[in-house]
Amino acid sequence: MAKVNGVGASLLRKEDARFLHGRGEYVADLRLDGTRDVAFVRSPLAHARLRGTTAPTGTEGNVFTAADLEGVGPILARSALPGFKLSEQPVLAKDRIRYVGELVAACIGATRAEAEDLAEEVELDLEALPAVSDMLAARADDAPRLHAEWGDNVFLESFIDADLAEFEEQAAVSITRTFRTARQCMSPIEGRGVVAHWDRRLEMLVLHTACQMPHIVRTGVAGCLGLDQEQVRIISPDVGGGFGHKGILLPEEVCLGWLAMHLDHPVRWIEDRREQLTANANCREHHYVISAHAAADGTLLAIDCQAHVDAGAYSAYPFSACLEAAQVASILPGPYDFPGYRCRTWSMATNKPPILPYRGVARTGVCFALEVLLDSVARALAMDPIDFRLKNLVQPEQMPFDNVTKKHFDSGDYPECLRRAAAALDLPAVRERQRRGEPDGRLIGAGFSIFCEQAAHGTAVYAAWGVPMVPGFEQASARMTPSGGLEIRVGVHSHGQGLETTLAQVANEVLGIDPARVKVVHGDTQYTPYSTGTWGSRAMVMAGGAVAAACDVLAERIRHLGAHLLQTSSDRVELRDGTMRGPGGEVTLADVAALWYLRPEELPDDADPRGLEVTEGYKTAVDSGTFSYAAHGVTVAVDPETGEVEILDYVVVEDGGVLVNPMIVDGQVYGGTAQGIGTALYEEMPFDAAAQPLASTLADYHLPGAAEIPAIRIEHMESPSPYTRFGQKGIGEGGAIGPPAAIANSINDALSGLGVEVDETPITIERLLAKLIAAREDKP
Amino acid sequence: MKAPAFDYECARDGAHAVSLLAAAGGFAKPIAGGQSLGPMLNLRLVRPELLVDVRTCSDLRGFVDEGDAIVYGAAVTHAEIEDGAVPDALGGRLARAAREIAYRSVRNRGTLGGSLVHADPAADWPTVLLAAAAEVVIRGPGGLRAAPLGEFLTGPFAVSLGAHELLVGVRVRKHDSGLRWGYHKICIKAGEFARAFVVAMEDRASGERRAVVGAIERLPLVLEGDDAAIDDARTAEALLARRLPSLAPLTRRLHAHALARAVRALESKA
Repeated sequence: MAKVNGVGASLLRKEDARFLHGRGEYVADLRLDGTRDVAFVRSPLAHARLRGTTAPTGTEGNVFTAADLEGVGPILARSALPGFKLSEQPVLAKDRIRYVGELVAACIGATRAEAEDLAEEVELDLEALPAVSDMLAARADDAPRLHAEWGDNVFLESFIDADLAEFEEQAAVSITRTFRTARQCMSPIEGRGVVAHWDRRLEMLVLHTACQMPHIVRTGVAGCLGLDQEQVRIISPDVGGGFGHKGILLPEEVCLGWLAMHLDHPVRWIEDRREQLTANANCREHHYVISAHAAADGTLLAIDCQAHVDAGAYSAYPFSACLEAAQVASILPGPYDFPGYRCRTWSMATNKPPILPYRGVARTGVCFALEVLLDSVARALAMDPIDFRLKNLVQPEQMPFDNVTKKHFDSGDYPECLRRAAAALDLPAVRERQRRGEPDGRLIGAGFSIFCEQAAHGTAVYAAWGVPMVPGFEQASARMTPSGGLEIRVGVHSHGQGLETTLAQVANEVLGIDPARVKVVHGDTQYTPYSTGTWGSRAMVMAGGAVAAACDVLAERIRHLGAHLLQTSSDRVELRDGTMRGPGGEVTLADVAALWYLRPEELPDDADPRGLEVTEGYKTAVDSGTFSYAAHGVTVAVDPETGEVEILDYVVVEDGGVLVNPMIVDGQVYGGTAQGIGTALYEEMPFDAAAQPLASTLADYHLPGAAEIPAIRIEHMESPSPYTRFGQKGIGEGGAIGPPAAIANSINDALSGLGVEVDETPITIERLLAKLIAAREDKP
Repeated sequence: MKAPAFDYECARDGAHAVSLLAAAGGFAKPIAGGQSLGPMLNLRLVRPELLVDVRTCSDLRGFVDEGDAIVYGAAVTHAEIEDGAVPDALGGRLARAAREIAYRSVRNRGTLGGSLVHADPAADWPTVLLAAAAEVVIRGPGGLRAAPLGEFLTGPFAVSLGAHELLVGVRVRKHDSGLRWGYHKICIKAGEFARAFVVAMEDRASGERRAVVGAIERLPLVLEGDDAAIDDARTAEALLARRLPSLAPLTRRLHAHALARAVRALESKA
């Protein structure tokens, strides 16, 4: 039976009342007296020596350069992985520029427009240096060096070695393909933004910033500014989407912090779309040379891969320049069981903005490379791609399963997921339609992808990478109010995930309290327990578990006090729907709260002095992460004359374990899939040979709109994780992982008769048409 | 990005606007819907000292029915054409073309005249109205003059318009019957500028036959006679290779298909 309010209920989102009425409170909505706006002077060159900065006379107090920022340290995002080379990301450039858009000076004005007027007047004395704009070119011995002391442009090279000779000999089919995924820009509706002021009374920097992880930003800002962490308060108010863009410490945040410390008024910087696109929100750029070896019966024997990640100029804090490539190496085998695996990766430094982890992080690229390759293998084997995958997926009876890279899959039925996707797409009907042909000459194709998504991975995983942020026990506070309501305080942040609702559902599950009486407080280091924040699809697993743990303890204390009111013992009262029932009657949470707060004279002698306020910590039973998984199935129509692609049907079958709120999960899947369709067909941040960004507005950077997103059909499976509180799994990123692979496979299926295979995202008209022309099958 | 400071005047009518432009000595720009000029101001690509708002000029709004033609006020919005708030000289084809311009929010503010003066080679109206052989009506300090659209448009983002002149109207000859019209636009997404765009027309009554190839990063190419009747892409591609030799092969291929498809799409009747 469907639950009304607890775990599993599709409760309407509590926070939507303010969002849908336009009453959200975002950083740009803040009005602090005396606030002045900041506009940055950014480098127009990708690689240059900065010989000087000249501000117009009379503007000295309003223009700040690196020379002014005394005592400010660079942003350092280390990794403990052997061989990792550290970059020093300056807050404002000192003597070297490494990408277009890098901050050089901060200009202050009464309005942003006036600050921009001033920024225009600042002259930079730049000596242009040769730039590296391509990650493969960056490998060359004579490539310009970004970080002189390194000796090359490699942040990190990793190698998982194995002898594959035996598999290469056994293989009936060996296929090698090259894949590339374009550099993209994460595009939350709200960009980054900072309002900073110095609180004289508390002697504290208060930084309002649109971020996903306030506590990590505090650590980073305090470190760069030389402050103790108790001298920094981070407030992350309503945030209009993050996707990873807001999981990064920005030099802008540090700079605004310094300005607030040294000026006698608040300062504000609101990222505009041009800054977001050209300088800040870059992600996704991978290159693969990947081989698969398979036996004649369709058994996958080995995968052999060389992958490059274009990590840009600096290692971004806190995830570092190695996260993306480390993920490539460790998750490339996907949901499959095969014995031979070799993978070498390079995280390359180029004269481009630092690469940031976008929803799905490396999985989107990895899934694209592997799944498109596997379709090629299936074609070479003359096997149906579904049958080929079914033969090689990890089988349900193998669960829990440790794969070839020691990833520990917790639960699930991967083959059933794929079978259901094929059934949902009605594959036989699609094949029949293909045979009939289309009256308009377009070609029909069906394609699939299947992947699993490690989420809420914990201490051991991140400690092994040795990055600045390692998640430990996740904490939550639960506090009854004197009127019987509940305050939940968490260090994760909700910026679209609906945590104000789902964490209330968790509290309801344990305490029976009406979710309307649960206030979830987040986004403020002053009010919330420490947390690494919201990233890696971890919040529902970790914060959900922590809230339940805190509510468990609270429930015990409530029962004890309720039993006292009911003149019985705790074991004889039952707490349900916010009411305690005992043999002689019932009392409410409000009665218990009133006893503790308002009539302490009536408390029992053995009352727990810690009262109705609890902070508890939580870890999953096994902290290597939950593994949700999904299969995406797509039907497309491709115009072989023009390269136009239309998505005719899109199905997602996903398993996120126990869904705390299925409606919210559906929303996450829709949104993620829309972003994945953007990756597949539209979004690209191109750079020229001088590493100049070529898209600076949304007229050049194409996001899919409502008209481009089909009516996605979602089916759920539910394999509880054995390691989490309610069996829930992290599910927030999966939607964005599957689309490029599934869409590419459907296009390749449509064009299989023409010998065309796509190998690069986004699959634009121009790219597809070029392939069609090259295949000489295109007869105008 | 925020626009640099500028002054702003709201003109009462075309003559007032022209006098304001003249008084500013070349440092003013008219603004109507602002759908192109707004972003250009914010990106600081244009820096007028004065914006003369012509959106509410009485004589730039609405239309004049001259019997054999309709003169549309330059400040008529795309949405007004789409919605039939002004009569359609092409029996519904202008409304259909308007419907394909960008997004409704752009169409609510963007204007016919603004689009022609901005002369973005990928925009819709230059191509559509060249196919209709439209004329523009221009007011200058000395009064009104008319010019064929094909002469008014001089290049990408360039028109033959003096600093003290204002586009006030667009004259479109009526083609109520006998007009066949074919329209093919290749866009990567709804509302985006076209990658390839062809409008073909044939009027049996007047004997006109025309096909206009737009979105080619130069002035739209006007084809007439037999060239405007090519309905297979291979022949179209050969023609475009001759007429537009600088077009990249991929782009040429797209336009060849757009041309052939637009011609094949010529309806038998309005």
